[in-house]
Amino acid sequence: MASEPTITKAEKQHGKTPAVIRLWRLARSPAFYQGLLGVAVFFLLWYVLVDLIGLWRFSGLPKLVGGIEEWLSPDPVFGVSIFTAEYYRHIVASLFRVFSAFFAATILGVAIGILMGWRRVFFGLTFPILEVLRPIPILAWIPLAIILLPGRELPIIGLTFLAAFFVTILNTLLGVQAIDKVYFRAAQSLGFTEWQTLWHVIVPGALPYIFVGLQIAMGACWFSLVAAEILSGSAGLGYKVWETYYYVQFPTMVSTMATLGFFGYISSALVRIAGHRLMRWRANVLAGV
Amino acid sequence: MQGALSIKNAGKIYDPGGSHVVALDGISLEIVAGEFCVIVGPSGCGKTTLLNAIAGFDQLTAGEIWLDGELMASPGKRLKPGPDRMVVFQHGALFPWKKVLWNVTCGPLKQGRLTQAEANEKAREFLARVGLHGIEDQYPEALSGGQKRRVEIVRALMNDPKVLLLDEPFRALDALTKSVVQEHLLELFDFEPETIFFITHDLEEAIFLADRAVVMTTRPGTIKKIVDVDIPRPRDLKVLTSSRFLALKAELGAAIHEEAKMAFESGERELA
Repeated sequence: MASEPTITKAEKQHGKTPAVIRLWRLARSPAFYQGLLGVAVFFLLWYVLVDLIGLWRFSGLPKLVGGIEEWLSPDPVFGVSIFTAEYYRHIVASLFRVFSAFFAATILGVAIGILMGWRRVFFGLTFPILEVLRPIPILAWIPLAIILLPGRELPIIGLTFLAAFFVTILNTLLGVQAIDKVYFRAAQSLGFTEWQTLWHVIVPGALPYIFVGLQIAMGACWFSLVAAEILSGSAGLGYKVWETYYYVQFPTMVSTMATLGFFGYISSALVRIAGHRLMRWRANVLAGV
Repeated sequence: MQGALSIKNAGKIYDPGGSHVVALDGISLEIVAGEFCVIVGPSGCGKTTLLNAIAGFDQLTAGEIWLDGELMASPGKRLKPGPDRMVVFQHGALFPWKKVLWNVTCGPLKQGRLTQAEANEKAREFLARVGLHGIEDQYPEALSGGQKRRVEIVRALMNDPKVLLLDEPFRALDALTKSVVQEHLLELFDFEPETIFFITHDLEEAIFLADRAVVMTTRPGTIKKIVDVDIPRPRDLKVLTSSRFLALKAELGAAIHEEAKMAFESGERELA
């Protein structure tokens, strides 16, 4: 392909890419314009089907233009737009819940996953119960979360945490299991202790899978959040979606959904960037070389 | 000098209760300290099984392996790999998530035998000796196949092993790269003779490198023929066309060919 990015010498040696070069590549890559086009087509279809034609079930949906007007209005009909404090209160509440849940899921999930891959006994003890608990949907956990966790905030964070936690454990475990046995043999020959093997072979070796897991976990946090925020009486983007549905404020409901999607996208991108930074040794692999 | 390797009647049977595959049967071999010993044989003849037993990765089911009067392997003995028997693996085992310098210095550092400064200096010296300069800060991913193999040999030698075990280390290299890396290995060997146990299925490689070439048979893996390679050192690629080389090649070739044919006819696949 003509626009295949060339790898600079610095990248090959250190896996670092200057920001300017990254932006330049982005601006030249077909994927960027394909993405833009995809988004444009989506909104165009919405406009044509709902605003212009309004056929069949589409007639009941919020209009694109009306939704955007409400979202950008200094004086919104339903009380929420980018100019109102309430909008940001929901965003901050949700971001706080997602990030504390994600943080806890990462710490605990990675630790447990590594332990399961490292010690056969621990795997034997935990794997069956993990596999039983894992398929239980978030909504089914709600009563237990309320009974177990005090206050209004902790049950929400706990529920947001849960799916991400299981995903992180499983991917970390897979990551440890996927490490080529030859590295363990090399470490033994080189005289590594168990701890040195853990820190220099198991953890970095499992990192690629861990980060795949963390990206899925971040997504899991966001969709669990919306279920968990049923419990919230006042704030959160998920709560706002439920509330606007209840009060038939469809334009606000849709703009809140879009906001959820936007922050989900940003937070997944942050996880991806962190992964690239921690895995410079894979720079060439990730660049598709 | 260290590194006398004594293999006494070594045997290995995989799955004794079931398919009962005899991978090694009655292998006896005395390798003197500082000898370059090459095991050559067709795929599946148990070469790698023997190497894994010496390295301490796999149990023997019969016999003993001694290194400088210390028992390394016997049936039921606890496996104990260590830096006295460094292995260079068939497909390479440089840690891809660590830079070259870390890979090369980790052995003596983790064993607490050298300081960081000493290890760095020794690493640079060894890398330079195999023609590698200024690659210390690169990740293995950025190196060519031939460079990786040389780094891996340096990583092994950094530990001053009593015996260096190489498992078809140049298998994946193209012919040109292979000859360069072979010459580097010989230079290292001439500079600091060290017991080397080298596995290959490549006849020319065996003769070019070895003091003694050992031909193995296929299932059961036994020793078919041992040939002294009396070509003087230091050797270079010109050796490959000498009459002595060609005579040895013919002698070993006949033994190997019989084995390869038998292996092919019995439809054996690579064992390890």
